[in-house]
Amino acid sequence: MADVKKIATRESYGNALVALGEKYDNLVVLDADLAEATKTGIFKKAYPDRHIDCGIAESNMVGIAAGLASTGKVPFCSSFAMFAAGRAFEQVRNSVGYPHLNVKIGATHAGISVGEDGASHQCNEDIALMRTIPGMTIINPSDDVEAKAAVEAAYKMDGPVYLRFGRLAVPVINDNADYKFEIGKGVVLKEGKDLTIIATGLEVNESLEAAKKLAEDGIDAEVINIHTIKPIDADLIVKSASKTGKVVTVEEHSVIGGLGGAVAEVLSEKCPTKMLRIGVKDTFGESGPAVKLLEKYELDAAGIYKQIKAFL
Amino acid sequence: MTNQELKKTANEVRKGIIEGVHAAKAGHPGGSLSATEVFTYLYFEEMNIDPKNPKKADRDRFVLSKGHTAPGLYSALAQRGFFPVEDLKSLRSIGSHLQGHPCVQHTPGIDASSGSLGQGISVAVGMALSAKLSNESYRVYTLLGDGEIQEGQVWEASMFAAAKNLDNLCVIVDNNGLQIDGRIEDVNSPYPIPDKFRAFNFHVVEVADGNDFDQLRAAFKEARETKGQPTAIIMKTVKGKGISFMENQVGWHGKAPNDEEYAIAMEELGKAGV
Repeated sequence: MADVKKIATRESYGNALVALGEKYDNLVVLDADLAEATKTGIFKKAYPDRHIDCGIAESNMVGIAAGLASTGKVPFCSSFAMFAAGRAFEQVRNSVGYPHLNVKIGATHAGISVGEDGASHQCNEDIALMRTIPGMTIINPSDDVEAKAAVEAAYKMDGPVYLRFGRLAVPVINDNADYKFEIGKGVVLKEGKDLTIIATGLEVNESLEAAKKLAEDGIDAEVINIHTIKPIDADLIVKSASKTGKVVTVEEHSVIGGLGGAVAEVLSEKCPTKMLRIGVKDTFGESGPAVKLLEKYELDAAGIYKQIKAFL
Repeated sequence: MTNQELKKTANEVRKGIIEGVHAAKAGHPGGSLSATEVFTYLYFEEMNIDPKNPKKADRDRFVLSKGHTAPGLYSALAQRGFFPVEDLKSLRSIGSHLQGHPCVQHTPGIDASSGSLGQGISVAVGMALSAKLSNESYRVYTLLGDGEIQEGQVWEASMFAAAKNLDNLCVIVDNNGLQIDGRIEDVNSPYPIPDKFRAFNFHVVEVADGNDFDQLRAAFKEARETKGQPTAIIMKTVKGKGISFMENQVGWHGKAPNDEEYAIAMEELGKAGV
């Protein structure tokens, strides 16, 4: 495992912005005094005139993004998930969502893998918040390849998009020639018949690893990557659930209202299925190294494996 | 337009406000009436707009940050020809394009959805920044309530606008002195308002009577001529202006006249318009 290439998706975000910025003049990037951390600093270096630092004022930043979008720019506005989705929720809802403006929110430092900064900065609620806004597209990419593809797809679609990125460097798992990213389309990474594991973000790789351990026990798990949480790929979820009869969701987010909530909503109405939601269990995080936290909160491969075994 | 023509138009705008809130049996007449002259001046004198082409790219923009006074803006837009005056009676009703608060997707001439106080100014700042980024010459106007400036976001936006030298931005504060819970100085005083904007590096124009067209004309001219920094026009107005029983009465912030009050109001406006 030591030689696996690892990149944090926030880094992918910064790099993708530079690549798109070169092609598209109307792309502008906003930040709220976190350009180093969100990696929009990479864009700032390349295109200083199109990088606007709004200072520590996220609510205003979102409103400015709305004004830019309504006059033909495509703003990517960036902060930590806690502040972009949390503090500025109502601005995202009323200034961006209600008029359905073409604003892209690049939210980094999502989930407990923020690490040492602790619970105040570990946002496990952003997907739930963003899901309630009509017309909002939500993408939580699993690795570098997917994150870059997601940023480009977000630029190319018209309407608000919430992009969720992580601080922790994670393995690159999608660098194969036939990889294709399509908003709203889940990806079956491993076919199986005994249960379906539906994962998002950095939990996709952990779930693939957990599936390997399950295979050693003779359990054949299907693993699906749901990078787009809204609109969710209901057809794929129902298809897999009706095949395996058991569904486990895995996310670095509260078990309330995120991927688990979205999948439960789909299945309860279209294909009632026995389910387990793996995620942050209605609790706040804490300080510590990201990898240790994922272990403690049973969101690494071993923790996922353990919870699935108990569920089966 | 001459002042006389502007006054006549403002009187018609007032009639539309009363028609709208009376028909809706709800809405915000007080702050619509205090801002009637500024709505009229902006849409008939000041702004580069075209009712036949409400989305034209180089138009000046207006963001009603105090979105609850939509009846005033709607009435001015209707008078200016963006949509039929008759539509004003559909205010707040199901299927109407005239929502309780401005909605950019529904109403011709509306440049931003607003109503959640403190947010409109940020959107206006974003528009002004956008013009600067692409070297366009349109100007951006935004109207705030004096109670609204209790919202912290107003000052985030103001700090940013001045820091970025957005001289194409004109912030207008309708200082009618009243908010829902009472006099603004009793609820949570924002005074002194001009000093606050000066401290945020705005060029400040104080207007003693924001219901007077000569004073508005001078203020907007000064704003247009101000370079290197945004302008804040702080204008003293009378809440409920033009309707005797509504003037300076906090109770008319968000209440519709009944049939009897409607008749009196329309009679007063009828006489004022002669």
